[in-house]
Amino acid sequence: MKAISVQNINKKYRDIQALNNISFDVEQGEIYGIIGPDGAGKTSLFRILTSLLLADSGTAIVDGLDVVSDYKEIRKHIGYMPGRFSLYQDLTVEENLEFFATVFNTTIQENYYLIKDIYQQIEPFKNRRAGKLSGGMKQKLALSCALIHKPAILFLDEPTTGVDPVSRKEFWEMLRKLKEQNITILVSTPYMDEATLCDRIALIQHGRFLQVDTPQNIIDRFSEPLWSVKSNLMYRLLKDLRQYDKVKTCFTFGETHHITVNNNLTVAELKAFLADKQHKDIEIHTIQATIEDCYMQLAQNNE
Amino acid sequence: MAEKVIQTENLTKKFGNFTAVDNISFSVDRGEVFGFLGANGAGKTTAMRMLCGLSYPTSGKGMVAGFDIARQQEDVKRNIGYMSQKFSLYEDLKVWENMRLFGGIYGMRDKEISTKTDEILTELGFINERNTLVKELPLGWKQKLAFSVSIFHEPKVVFLDEPTGGVDPATRRQFWELIYQASDRGITVFVTTHYMDEAEYCRRVSIMVDGRIEALDTPANLRHQFNADSMDGVFQQLARKAQRGDN
Repeated sequence: MKAISVQNINKKYRDIQALNNISFDVEQGEIYGIIGPDGAGKTSLFRILTSLLLADSGTAIVDGLDVVSDYKEIRKHIGYMPGRFSLYQDLTVEENLEFFATVFNTTIQENYYLIKDIYQQIEPFKNRRAGKLSGGMKQKLALSCALIHKPAILFLDEPTTGVDPVSRKEFWEMLRKLKEQNITILVSTPYMDEATLCDRIALIQHGRFLQVDTPQNIIDRFSEPLWSVKSNLMYRLLKDLRQYDKVKTCFTFGETHHITVNNNLTVAELKAFLADKQHKDIEIHTIQATIEDCYMQLAQNNE
Repeated sequence: MAEKVIQTENLTKKFGNFTAVDNISFSVDRGEVFGFLGANGAGKTTAMRMLCGLSYPTSGKGMVAGFDIARQQEDVKRNIGYMSQKFSLYEDLKVWENMRLFGGIYGMRDKEISTKTDEILTELGFINERNTLVKELPLGWKQKLAFSVSIFHEPKVVFLDEPTGGVDPATRRQFWELIYQASDRGITVFVTTHYMDEAEYCRRVSIMVDGRIEALDTPANLRHQFNADSMDGVFQQLARKAQRGDN
């Protein structure tokens, strides 16, 4: 049995096609990432799969249950962490956890082993109100609450937005451990470093999946030669590269710009062109694409 | 030597027994894009509030845009811009109304405001959104607009507090191009971010741990110094040493 099986889901809000004929399967114990910009349809998809929103057409089976006809049963099988912090701000950390355990007819003790690693980090603050927690601690509490009834499938909608790098890293280490317990995880994120930590990812834009594969396969499919370019005038460099007709795409990548070029352009020729435009300390290297290069390419082609 | 737009000397802020910011000394040049990094709870926000003239230092000195942050707070505020992800624009005002409001607050003349509004909206490609309520704009557009509004009055320095949370790589790039453009015009950009790939866009970055600046250099030099292949590697090494948690 697939953990999640989605077929031809459509959802429209007035004139806007939020989800356009989406179909995909998620294997049991898989970490499946949905990667895309704000407004691409990620949250609508999550809400449909968690039985909180009705699709216009199509079917979705989650843990063997239909999201429409079995909506009551399904909620016992899934954990959902929405993008916006949705716990009770005026209950304490412990009260929130207790509340969610009780709603699902269980106790904190019964499934403590599942949340132990995460919850221990916030336990010293268990008498603090949830509204007074920092971003990283709110996130840990929200994950604990989503896990306390031992769901088979976890839905995490942009769980790391606004969380610092150390907490983000710990959070992903936690997800790997949950995967070892055979919990399936569907997670959305706009961050490409997190995309590479998923088993498979789907790149979504304008309500459509552009590509679904392992991060490595998506990278391997990047077929064009890619160069990194750097000079002493990075902003001018960006404009000059974009105006050069032998440069196909040019995006900023931190300290360098990444470009794809026409086949007949040589490094020497580009160097001469840039030197002519008064650039100094020019460095050009052939590089391997990253998942972010792939994303930029796909996003551009589908604008 | 380059003009210093931000300069601090042993800047310190204590809350009772707790030293939130502990003797930080650094300077930022005119037109520089400076990344101010640190884990939650490291003291970034407290430091930034002092630099913006919103909080008095307990000890130490700081000059921002030519004014003393302890004695000339109102002058500091008039000469800086500020944007954060949490608050920047009024959601229930139209795009042009937000620009009118912020221009007015900074004492710009009506004519100047209306010319500049047209100029900026054209440049951003938002001219048709002039009468749209801000809450109806997509997140990425809001952020770009908020940045443009924060430098509407041509401040010497703009403070960006986690400006790009929650947006995809394509939108973030467009945002960073606006930052480059402002820096090219001579505006100093002081930015905090939780995303280490963004740190690589800064000319120099500082990393705060437990209220102190533990590292400050160009991204390339820091990677070299800490023997890491990315800024994330540098950050993880430093931030994991923190004694105080993020509470």
